[in-house]
Amino acid sequence: MLRYALKRLVSLLGALAVASVVVFAAIEVIPGDPAAYMLGLNAAPETVAALRAELGLDAGPIARYINWVTGMLQGDFGISYTYRTPVSEMVGDRLWISLPLALYALALSTIIAFPVGIWAASKRGTSVDIGIMGFTQLGVAIPNFWFAMILVVIFAINLRWFSAGGFPGWGGGLFPGLKALTLPAIALALPQASILSRVMRSALVDMLDQDFMRTARAKGLTQGQALRRHALRNAMIPVLTILGLQFSFLLAGAIIIENVFFLPGLGRLIFQAIAQRDLIVVESVVMILVFAVILVTFLVDLAYAAVDPRLRVH
Amino acid sequence: MSLLDIKGLNLSIHSTQILRDVSLSLEEGKVLGLIGESGSGKSMTALSVMQLLPNGAEMSGQIMFADRDLTAQTESQMCALRGGDIGMIFQEPMTALNPVQTIGDQVAESVRIHKGFGRREALIEARKVLDKVELPAAEFPLNRYPHQLSGGQRQRVGIAVSIACNPKLLIADEPTTALDVTTQAEILALIKRLVLEDRMAAIFVTHDLAVVSDLADSIAIMKSGEIVEAGPTRKVLAEASHPYTAALLEASAHAPERFDVSADTPLLEVRSLTCTYPGRRQHLLHKPDPKIAVNKVSFTLQRGESLGLVGESGCGKSTLARTILGLITPQSGQIALDSGTVPNGQPMPRHMRAKMQVVFQDPFSSFNPRHRVARLITEPFHLLPNPPKGAERENAISDALASVGLAPSDARKYIHEFSGGQRQRIAIARALIARPELILLDEAVSALDVSIRAQILDLLSDLAQKFGLSYLFISHDLHVVRAITDRVLVMKSGKIVESGSTEDVLHNPVHPYTRSLLAATPVLSI
Amino acid sequence: MRSLVIGGLLAGTFLFAALLSFVWTPFDVTELDIAARLQKSSMEHWFGTDHFGRDLFSMIMVGARISLAVALVAVGIGMGLGVPLGLLAASRSGSLLDELIMRSNDLIFAFPSLLIAILITAVFGPSALNAIIAIGIFNIPVFARLTRGGALSLWTRDFILAARVAGKGPLRISVEHILPNITNLLIVQGTIQFSLGILAEAGLSYVGLGAQPPTPSWGRMLAESQTMISFAPHLALYPGIAIILTVLGLNLMGDGLRDITDPRIRRTGR
Repeated sequence: MLRYALKRLVSLLGALAVASVVVFAAIEVIPGDPAAYMLGLNAAPETVAALRAELGLDAGPIARYINWVTGMLQGDFGISYTYRTPVSEMVGDRLWISLPLALYALALSTIIAFPVGIWAASKRGTSVDIGIMGFTQLGVAIPNFWFAMILVVIFAINLRWFSAGGFPGWGGGLFPGLKALTLPAIALALPQASILSRVMRSALVDMLDQDFMRTARAKGLTQGQALRRHALRNAMIPVLTILGLQFSFLLAGAIIIENVFFLPGLGRLIFQAIAQRDLIVVESVVMILVFAVILVTFLVDLAYAAVDPRLRVH
Repeated sequence: MSLLDIKGLNLSIHSTQILRDVSLSLEEGKVLGLIGESGSGKSMTALSVMQLLPNGAEMSGQIMFADRDLTAQTESQMCALRGGDIGMIFQEPMTALNPVQTIGDQVAESVRIHKGFGRREALIEARKVLDKVELPAAEFPLNRYPHQLSGGQRQRVGIAVSIACNPKLLIADEPTTALDVTTQAEILALIKRLVLEDRMAAIFVTHDLAVVSDLADSIAIMKSGEIVEAGPTRKVLAEASHPYTAALLEASAHAPERFDVSADTPLLEVRSLTCTYPGRRQHLLHKPDPKIAVNKVSFTLQRGESLGLVGESGCGKSTLARTILGLITPQSGQIALDSGTVPNGQPMPRHMRAKMQVVFQDPFSSFNPRHRVARLITEPFHLLPNPPKGAERENAISDALASVGLAPSDARKYIHEFSGGQRQRIAIARALIARPELILLDEAVSALDVSIRAQILDLLSDLAQKFGLSYLFISHDLHVVRAITDRVLVMKSGKIVESGSTEDVLHNPVHPYTRSLLAATPVLSI
Repeated sequence: MRSLVIGGLLAGTFLFAALLSFVWTPFDVTELDIAARLQKSSMEHWFGTDHFGRDLFSMIMVGARISLAVALVAVGIGMGLGVPLGLLAASRSGSLLDELIMRSNDLIFAFPSLLIAILITAVFGPSALNAIIAIGIFNIPVFARLTRGGALSLWTRDFILAARVAGKGPLRISVEHILPNITNLLIVQGTIQFSLGILAEAGLSYVGLGAQPPTPSWGRMLAESQTMISFAPHLALYPGIAIILTVLGLNLMGDGLRDITDPRIRRTGR
């Protein structure tokens, strides 16, 4: 088990390292001098040179890459070209909106999808199954940001149950923060829940045809008992794969949906940064998101091993 | 009084008739052998008793079990019977167990459902049952998972699951078909012992008369959903009053007429051939130890000879076959065919490969489903320097199909339009078309029903004479090897342990492994 | 079969609308008519008008071009590169090359297409082409994995062994024997990626990383409608429904295709 975990960890750290090279290289090919850009058109060449030295832009690309990475490892993401404040400060608060939003949506999606998928599978071929599948087919097709806009029209503008946007901060306690994230989380979660419940159902249905399910029935288990005790855990293997992928989609979705609700998260930051060509911010935020995705991939790998004993030995 | 009494059972699935008026009865403590070829309805009869039929099944008739009509039981009453009074063992031990649950829990589950035990008590009971199926605690603790066990051991767990609650009736559906002969013998002995010890009645479903002939008190022979003959085992086998029974008996002992065409000139010479596989990496930086699949094997195959190669799964016979075919480059050793020799460590030259062809075991995976027969069987032309074209090619296709008993018009069909036996004929046509000297038959008749198998063996014998072919006949089945080969090699753990004329080796085996193989092979006792 | 027909009709309608928009739309989408702005749907303007008085129905027709084109080309990129990579990896299964291909696929998979789009846009600036590249890159590992998985299970089959005995090499076997047997798989996945591409394109142009003005696109129409949503919800409603119906149609087609090509389903139906 430990060896499996270490092996996965090494492989994912490798992926993280390669990702950092790719991100760095992508930003590197952009023409233009950030120092000149920061100081504006009328800056004296000496001032630009001084700033270049201050930002460490004089060094060669390899040295700068190493600086960037070692900085990140210590929590130092550099200085924003536009605002001239440390990127880590700009990212700090915003991360605590985007990340909780993605996790909130993931939790919602899982809570909805598991029972729905199991229900549909246990009623395979009946009108319940067909109804659920039709509904999820529709859910899969809905763009989450559009769904978010519809939710705003209904629940914020007409019913006034929620505010149409903005974020009160976590300072006022957990509840107001969660409430502000609820509509966006629902908008994100429903399409994903549709996908996940379809995966859950088809994984379970695949299991129903397996030989070990016949063995379970021959033991005297009812169809329902066999489904819960034997098919479910086996079906978790494909479901976990999708669950891991969903986190990265939800994170990306969170970044988009922040625009609908005027949430001051990473999404707003990164799109502003792109518009202002504040590349160091873009670089850092992308790396943080990649790190989050890779971390979740690792957790999913561990969950695989918990579910499937065959992975633990090798 | 009968424990099980099936009367006038009819079954159709999605309105296709599967069983017709099946009637059977079984006394307490007795064993019934239910015999038939594939599609005869024998497994469906067994599943009808369990009331575990696929969706779309419609049933009529009566299945009386200990004075209860199983067709009239509610689902929850059936659940109480399944695994309780009636246990069932299935064919595929590799997939019949839940891969993510320990063997202890899987056996204990039966006890928990039917005896209402708690987990701890149930596990103690499970331990006893596993001991009973000869999986001792020292080697097989309760927390083992199925993937840590071999096929035979998994089948023992399957048996443990089914007998955990001391059923009155045990149904075994081809429980040994997927196993090697020696493992099969062990499992058969185990089932026999359990049935005797616990005075269980049993239905043993199989395609192989020899497997049940000394286990079953009575047998019933099924064909196309009907029982054609039933009665006490000895009587049915001795009298074989129904023509189908007689045909089945003949086919299972069938030996084709053989013609001696072998000359004393060697065709294939294999000299101390060794093949290794890279083993599993134990440590990231540690170079894995190679696994030796074929270990210094030497033999000669004479022109026109039929040479058998016998061994159980994993003995290296398939690797040996692939090496001879030039698909694997051996670590060391030499292969000489006709006058050509493979240069050391080099891939086999084309002109040598053109002299060999192969027929595989599974007629269903041997053909690309998207190509027509003409394209399928002409694939070996790829090896020829000047493959026939146009009319010449058409003639070659017709000839090849005709020599295996198929019509020239079959060339335009797709493979799914043919039955298993016909597909094996097409596989032989593919092997013949480029006029090879040697054909490797890799378990080529193992997947076929006995009656079809007999026909294919006859065909092979005819073709050998007609085209002066030599065969390397790879099989685990000693009956078949006896019927079709002149000489035989016995292989174990990558080595040839015994060789000689087939008659000598099978009658006076010298090596202990050959003896154990022979002892394990079920013999039709009439 | 029924879902294939319904899905085909839905998706076909939008494809037709996109093609038709090159020669005819009810109104010219570049023509502004401030007097007729923010109208509700009527006989004249079926879906109403936007804040510049442009006809929404015509804009949705023209917007279908970008959505379908971006998604289709992105699927083409994914298949064009992913399938050969998958075939190559499978034919050298277990080798260093296989490992390398699959690891780099894993790496791309860790980047949602949005992150790829963000990087590309940061470098080259926003455009429909960059959206295509971003979605296309994300499609590569999808097809590479699918192809490799399908090919690996075929490589163990006896008919591949028979082809090797007939002296055929990995390339020839991949083209002659593997590819024809995974076409169904690829077509089904292709329709699914097509529909995902439409959703992704909508998302990208919604945040301004896709097609730029004045080219109408469904995602940007939604972005522009957002500030007016309280008094002109129809501006958000119709483009959203267009996206949903197109995606739904493609998904239904994918399901239908899977049903008629999946041997498992055919077997139980027999």
